Order: sequence, then structure tokens, then C-alpha cells
Amino acid sequence: MFSYLRVSVCVLLLSLVAACGKAPWNDPYPVSERGKNTLYSVFNERPKHLDPARSYSSNEIVFIGQIYEPPLQYQYLTRPYTLEPLTAQAMPEVQYFNAQGQALATDTAPEHIAYSDYLIHIRPGIYYQPHPAFVQDAQGQYVYHALRPEQIASLQAPTDLPQQAKRELTAEDYVFEIKRLAHPRLNSPIFGLMSDYIMGLKEYGEQLSREDKKLKAQSGVEAYLDLNRYPLSGAQALDRYTYRIRVKGKYAQFKYWLAMPFFSPVPWEVERFYAQPGMKAKNFVLDWFPVGSGPYLLAENNPNKQMVLLKNPNFHGERYPSEGAPGDRESGLLADAGKPIPFIDRAVYTLEKEDIPYWNKFQQGYYDASGISSDTFDQAVKIGGTGDAALTPDMEEKGIQLKTTVATSISYIGFNMQDTVVGGLSDRTRKLRQAISIAIDSEEMISIFRNGRGIAAQGPIPPGIFGYEEGEVGINHYVYDWSKGKPARKAIAEAKRLLAEAGYPGGRDANSGKPLLLNFDTSAVGPDAKAHLEWLVKQLKKIDVQLVIRSTDYNRFQDKMLKGDAQIFEWGWNADYPDPENFLFLLYGPNKKVGSGGENASNYENPEFDRLFEQMKNMENNPARQQIITQMLEIVRRDSPWVWGFYPKNYALYHAWYFNAKPNLMANNGLKYLRIDAQARERKRSQWNQPLLWPIGILVMLIAMVLLPAALAYRRKVHAAPRVRKDK
Amino acid sequence: MIGYVLRRLLYAIPILIGVNILIFTLFFAVNTPDNMARIHLGLKRVTPDAIAKWKHEHGYDKPLLFNAQAKGAGKITETIFFGKSVPMFAFQFGAADDGRDIGHDIKTRMMPSLALAAPVFLVGLLLYITFALTLAFFRATYVDYAGVVLCVAMMSISGLFYIIGGQFLISKLLHLVPISGYQYGTDAFKFLVLPVAIGVIGGMGGSSRWYRTIFLEEMNRDYVRTARAKGLPERIVLFRHVLKNAMIPILTGVVVVIPTLFMGSLVSESFFGIPGLGSYTIDAIRSQDFAIVHAMVFLGSVLYILGLLLTDISYTWVDPRVRLS
Repeated sequence: MFSYLRVSVCVLLLSLVAACGKAPWNDPYPVSERGKNTLYSVFNERPKHLDPARSYSSNEIVFIGQIYEPPLQYQYLTRPYTLEPLTAQAMPEVQYFNAQGQALATDTAPEHIAYSDYLIHIRPGIYYQPHPAFVQDAQGQYVYHALRPEQIASLQAPTDLPQQAKRELTAEDYVFEIKRLAHPRLNSPIFGLMSDYIMGLKEYGEQLSREDKKLKAQSGVEAYLDLNRYPLSGAQALDRYTYRIRVKGKYAQFKYWLAMPFFSPVPWEVERFYAQPGMKAKNFVLDWFPVGSGPYLLAENNPNKQMVLLKNPNFHGERYPSEGAPGDRESGLLADAGKPIPFIDRAVYTLEKEDIPYWNKFQQGYYDASGISSDTFDQAVKIGGTGDAALTPDMEEKGIQLKTTVATSISYIGFNMQDTVVGGLSDRTRKLRQAISIAIDSEEMISIFRNGRGIAAQGPIPPGIFGYEEGEVGINHYVYDWSKGKPARKAIAEAKRLLAEAGYPGGRDANSGKPLLLNFDTSAVGPDAKAHLEWLVKQLKKIDVQLVIRSTDYNRFQDKMLKGDAQIFEWGWNADYPDPENFLFLLYGPNKKVGSGGENASNYENPEFDRLFEQMKNMENNPARQQIITQMLEIVRRDSPWVWGFYPKNYALYHAWYFNAKPNLMANNGLKYLRIDAQARERKRSQWNQPLLWPIGILVMLIAMVLLPAALAYRRKVHAAPRVRKDK
Repeated sequence: MIGYVLRRLLYAIPILIGVNILIFTLFFAVNTPDNMARIHLGLKRVTPDAIAKWKHEHGYDKPLLFNAQAKGAGKITETIFFGKSVPMFAFQFGAADDGRDIGHDIKTRMMPSLALAAPVFLVGLLLYITFALTLAFFRATYVDYAGVVLCVAMMSISGLFYIIGGQFLISKLLHLVPISGYQYGTDAFKFLVLPVAIGVIGGMGGSSRWYRTIFLEEMNRDYVRTARAKGLPERIVLFRHVLKNAMIPILTGVVVVIPTLFMGSLVSESFFGIPGLGSYTIDAIRSQDFAIVHAMVFLGSVLYILGLLLTDISYTWVDPRVRLS
């Protein structure tokens, strides 16, 4: 008995002694990384593509946005979102031409413009990151472009090859990437769209497909298709630092695409290098080992565990912006103005699929920033009486900062306009949709299901995008009244009146007397989705309409949408670029999902709206454009093809050692502006994570107390057993 | 014995063909190649032309099981089933739908899975047997009753609760080990302590109770009475006689899982951020990557068949009366 007690006391004492140490035991990073200028972040889904011609998901662009440099970028601090040159010397020179090739004035009406030329001058002296693909011998031959299979087999990474070299970025590299959009083996997601705009790209894609087929038949499926052998009329390098993109007609939004990774430079040597037989079997492909000229290079690519970005030693250099939006100076966002960037030497992104470990590690200081999930919202944020969000005392005590921003996104409930009950542009169905729009209380939904993180939408254009109007002029008068300086949802009585006018008094068909039964198609599953769907049913019950939930799996739901079999559904859109065209095109007739597979999910088609859209899409942001947008908004609000839903509000938390964070929903290359105080982080980590061992000591004592009687019973039982002879 | 093993290996071929047909039927009953293409192309601005190209590039532009348009043997060979299944039998897993080589991924992800599953298996087996023997030894006493109640309670708790509770208590409150993450080599130890402990504790209720039942059945046999009558100490009776004779039913459940340890744990790996094959499979199911799902199911089937074969062979080792012919 005493020996057990002695052991327990020793364990307890040892625990207390150990607990006095400084280094946290739960630090998930190697000891060698402590105190280093490294940013720690997460990714929750394995990126599929890191090739700029293929990557279109936010979880992929977070990496390649730091590696590749398109000619343009978004200003980091200023709002509204504004483009500025990145590798370009200046903003592109745009020239318009008629069908005879004659230059036209900049204010020429779009219908007279046959094509537009975008002339882009690249800054000299920009170099790619070091890479073996660039290494040449004295005769100018590429050293690693004809590796033997056994050489490739022995490599752990392409950069294991003994030599690496750099190469200057040229205009040809941008042209090469535009050609790659049409590469038959790459399946670029924007090839379809761009082939409608870039001259000759569609035909170029067809030509490459033919050549590829021939090549594969002759030399096997891995044979290298050399794009340098095939010129593209719509994209040409005019000299070492100048290239021209020729676009059909006028496409005012094209400049925004020039800030996306799709239009980044790709050196042909690298594609040639990765095309060598045996590379693909080792996963050595450009899709996984990007090569760019940006501030960072991908030092470790392990999408199963972590991705590591390292400062590019060849980066051309850039300075932290000196101009910002009002309030930026006061909030310290201009403290680093004019300083060379990037500030951070290394960024480690860890695969963290579950919210709970991510949140806990953020609280322990092992991640520098975090979003807020619904489960952890109450731990992080308290909503004041006026509806303002503030940090909880626990978060404030840790010095955590909260930043919120309204996303350039919309989440809405759509009506299938081809449906015989809810669709069409007749007065009857219009009133039915307006009644439903009033009944579905978006404010309540935001409050219950999103912890207040959203703004009820008044139309398709979210705040921050040209065309969005604040105040009374900006509200949807079919659903809201302006009352006491803010929009107030119309009464249910008004919805019932509209429903009666639509032919459904009391929720019953005036002709047949049958109750109105509507169907909501969804692929959402889980307890959260169930609660939300039940809430939706209750909303329509307010106007005596029965809503039937038709749950289905994701694929069948997509098929229903494509075939136009859904009746009412939930949908959303996240902006590609900050232009109203990128939201209003979601309601443009020729973009209907049924038949053309476009993004107009509700298959809305109103000739007047379509006419105004065509007029508006190529205009500059000016009062005339605003006037047309106001007219378009009035049309769609009256037709109500969507219950406008809400614009999500993003909440992000940053530790006290994290500086220069300003959510920029358009820029993909924000890492270079961030700064951290690694020493302060180290101190806080030590302070917050001291191991606590006394509960383990108590647990050991408890186990000992349970085992002791059992051990005594065992001894008694063994000694009580008769012993006749011993086993041989 | 060799003849038996060879025969069993030959039997495996029709089983694997059957598994292939089943996985094809199940997967393509809920997914179409068009759905797969849309997901892999990013859901935004996906044109029918891009879908057609994707299917062609990935070999999904053929009929599923039977090609009525083809001639002769092409009716069977020019199908998705044939094109995707035959290389499997040579362990050529091909490329995932995102282009990565599956064989390479399996090789790199196998060891972290094994690093988690092997200690759970070995420590668990040792602990469960010891605990079950203890309960059997103290049968019909308060120790036995308390142990059985504990086992039933542990069986009733969801595995997810052990994971979340363990992370909360050990990592968040006590700060003893990292909540999640992984490092290769010996650095993996501190990341594996908690998931291994949770894996062992999570399986303790069911396994210990099952083994206790086996041991109790053995302890009522005549040879045990004889051993006791000879005056053997109880630990010799338990560990030398009872344990050895109880091995056949234990082996049935244990040996079969040994090869499948490589396949990893679907839930634990996701929660603890361990880059093994379990999380690889889950990710593939979520992203509808048929190539990976197919490869993992095929590999799982092969390893399971191998486990069954090993089980049969192990019978001859623990029971001399068993002969394989």
C-alpha cells in the first residue's frame, strides 16, 4: 500500500517539476522552427491543380497567387477594388478596330468595334525562381531536358537535380500561357469562355486537338506537344517585353482576367522539362511543381500534409502600398508604407480538415489567423444590443483582432422560370414569386442560421460592386418599405394579398380549390440543413403555402438543374471580378442553364433586361451605366426570379502578432503584404501552452487505488489454491 | 499446403472481378462521368465541350460495361470497366482524376497509416487480452461485474466522442501533445501518442468483452480442471493453457486485419491530420475521384483476401489438428 502511495507521490512531483519547463509539449512544429519569421496557416481541402491554366478554386489560388504573376493585380488597400500593374509597366493600352482593321476612337459604340487589341509592356529585369529546367551548358543546350528514366527515378523532387538556374521573364511566356488555355490535355476551365473572346483561340484549340491525336498515335500518350510550333493569332509577342492580345469586339471586363493566374507567364522550358517520360509517374508535373516569378516559391508540395512557400530569392522586389482607404492609416495599415515586401520568409499551410482542431490550435497560437465557424461563433464573438459584433472577453484578453467584410457573393433562392407553376413572366406568377419573397424572412434566417453574418440582399449586386446603392433608392420596393431610415420587410398580409391576386387565395388554387403545393429541390444533408429546410417550410406556411422538400444527392440535383426539373432551389455566386456584369449576367437570357449550361440557374429570360444588359456590359463605370443598372434592377425585382437572399459577411480573427491584414476579396496575392512578430508569438505560445500534469498524477493514483484491491484479491486467490505439484 | 495456397489465390481472381463489377455498378449508379467532369472542372463556367474533353482525356467517354458499337472483343475491351480494371490486376493504379499517380500516393501514404494502425493493433491486442483474462480470472466477483459494465459503457460511446473528448482533454486542457498534425520519422511519436491511445481505448469495450467470453468458455473445459488439479499456478493455467486454446477464435478476428492495417483509419486520420490512406480514401469519395476509390477498394479487397489466407495458415500453427489440403 505504501509503495503505491510513494509511486503516486513521485509521479505527482515529477509532473509538477516538468510543468515548470518553458517549451510547450503540444507544439506541432519542429523545434528548429521556433522564433522564425514563418506564417502558419491552413488549407482544408487538398488542392487539385496548381497549374495556372487549370486552377480555378480558391483553395488552389491561395498558393499559386503567391507564385505566379499575371500582368495586373488589385490594389491591396484601396476600395473600391482597383487594378494596377504588377509585371506590366503600365495598365494595358486598349485599341479598338473596325472590320477593315482601322483604328477607332475609345468612345466608339461597341457594335462598331470588330476587335480590340490589348498591348501590354512587361518590365525588364524580372526573373523566375531557380529551377533545373533553365540550366544550359556552354553550347546553350538544356542540361536537364533529356534525363534518363533512372535519373528521374532517383529524384525525390525535381529540384534535387544538382544545378538550378534562373531566366528572365519575357512577353513570350505570357503568350505561351494563353496558348496553354487551349491545350487539349489541360482542360482549362476558361477555355470555353476565352475562345468566345480571344481571336483564333477556338480554332487554335481544334488545331491542337488534331495535332495531339496525331502525335499520340505516332509517339505514345506522353509525347510532348510543343506549343511553340503553333502560332496563335490572338496572342503574339511583339518584342522581348511586349505582347498583344486581340479580343473579339469589345470586352470591357477582359482587364480583370489579366489579374488572374490564368494569364500568368509560364516558361516553355519548364513545360518541356516536365514532359520527359517518367516525370508524370513521380508526380513531377507543372500542375504540382509550379515555377513562377512571384514573391514566393513552392518549397514543399505535400497536399496530404502541408504546403510550404519560401521567399523567392529572385523576386524582383516591390514596396508596401503608400495609399489606402479612409481609416487605414488610423488602423495601422499604412505603418509599413514604402517598405520592401514580402515581409514573411516562409509560410506553412497545414492540411486541417476538421474545424475543431483548427480552432483549438488557433487559440493555442499555432495558427496565426482563423475564420469562425457556426460552432465556435459564441466562443469568439458577442453581438451587442445594436447588432454590432465584438470579441468575447477571452479573445480580447489574448489580444485577438476581429475583422469583418461583406463578401462579393450572393446566396439566393431561385425559381425555375421554366416551371409551369412558379415560372414565366405572367402577372400571376410574378405576384406568386413576390408573395413568397416577402414571406421568406431573410433577416430571420441570417440571425438564426448564420449568427448575424450576412446582409439581406436587395438585388443581385452586393455592396462594394458598382451598381449597388445604399439607402432608400437601393431597396427592393416589392419586398421592403423604407421605414425609420432602414428597410422594413412588408407585412405577411401584403404577401397574402399578392398570393390571392396570383390566383391562390388562402393558399388554394382559385379554380380547382386544391392547396398550392411547391417543391424545394436540395442536395443539402445533415442536422443543420434539416433545421434550415424546416424553417423554410414554416416561412411558406405563413402564407398557407405548402412546401415539399425534395432531397436528393448532389449529382442528381445538378442533373435536375441542367434539365430544368427543379422548381425552387438554393444557389449562390462568388464574384470573379468586381464588375456588375459578373452578377447581372446570372440573369441574362442566353446564359440559361437549361440548354446552354450557363450560369443563369433560374433560366430567367426577359428581353428588356437582356437588351439593357448588352448595353451595360461594355460601359465604363459612370452615371449612365448606373442609370441602366437601376433600370435592370427594377425589372428583376419586379419579376422576382430569385428570393434575393443575402450577401454573406466574412468574419476573420487575427492574433496580436499579425499585422497588415485587410480582407481583400479580389486579390489572390495578399501574403506578400503580411507581417508577423515571431518573437511575440513565441512568448505567447509558451505562456498559453504550459503542460498541466497534475491531473495525470491524480489519474494514476485513481488507477492504483482501483488496481490495489484487485491485486490483493489475486494474491489471496492464488495463495488459497491447493498446490499438489509443480508443472514440469 | 502450397497447393491449398495456390488454389486460394486462384479463387481470389473471380472474387476480385466480382468486387470490380460491384464497385463499378455502385459508383456509377450515383455518379455519371458528366458529374465527375463537372466536379473536377470546378463547377463554374463548365461548358459541354470541356466536359467531353475531360471524359476523353480520362477514358470516361466509353460505355460502362458493354460497347454495342464495337466489333468482336471490342464490345468488352472498349469499355470503361475493362480499361480501368485490367491494369489493376497488375497493380497499375494509373492516375487520379487530378492527374497524380495513385501508386506513388499509396506508397507515400502507407507508412503514416501503418504508424497509427500497427501500435493500435499491437497495444490493443495485448491490453484487451490481459484485461479479458483478468476479468475471466475474477469471474463472478465485483471486479468482473465492474469490468463488464465498463466494457458495455465503452462500447456504447461513439468513437468520435473519444476523439473529440481526447483532443479536448489531453491537448486543449492539459497541453500534453499536439491536437493534430504529423511529422515523419521519430518526430511522429508525439503526434501518434494521442490517436493511438484513443484507438486503443475506443476498441477496448467490445474486444475485451468478446475475448472474456472466449476465455470463460475455455475455462470451463476439462483440461483446465485437470491443470488446476495438477496444482498449477493460476497464471500458468491462464497464460499457457487457456490463452493458447482460445487463440483459434481470437485469430479469426485478428490475423485477417493485419494486412489491412496499411489501409488506415478513415475517421482518426482526418481528425488528427495524419496523411495516411484512410484520409486519402475519404477525400476521394468526397471529390468523386473514381480512380482513387477504385484503386483503394481493389487494394482493400486484395489485402482482405490475403488476411483470410493468413488466418487459415495461422490455424495450422495454433492447432495441430488442422490440416490445409
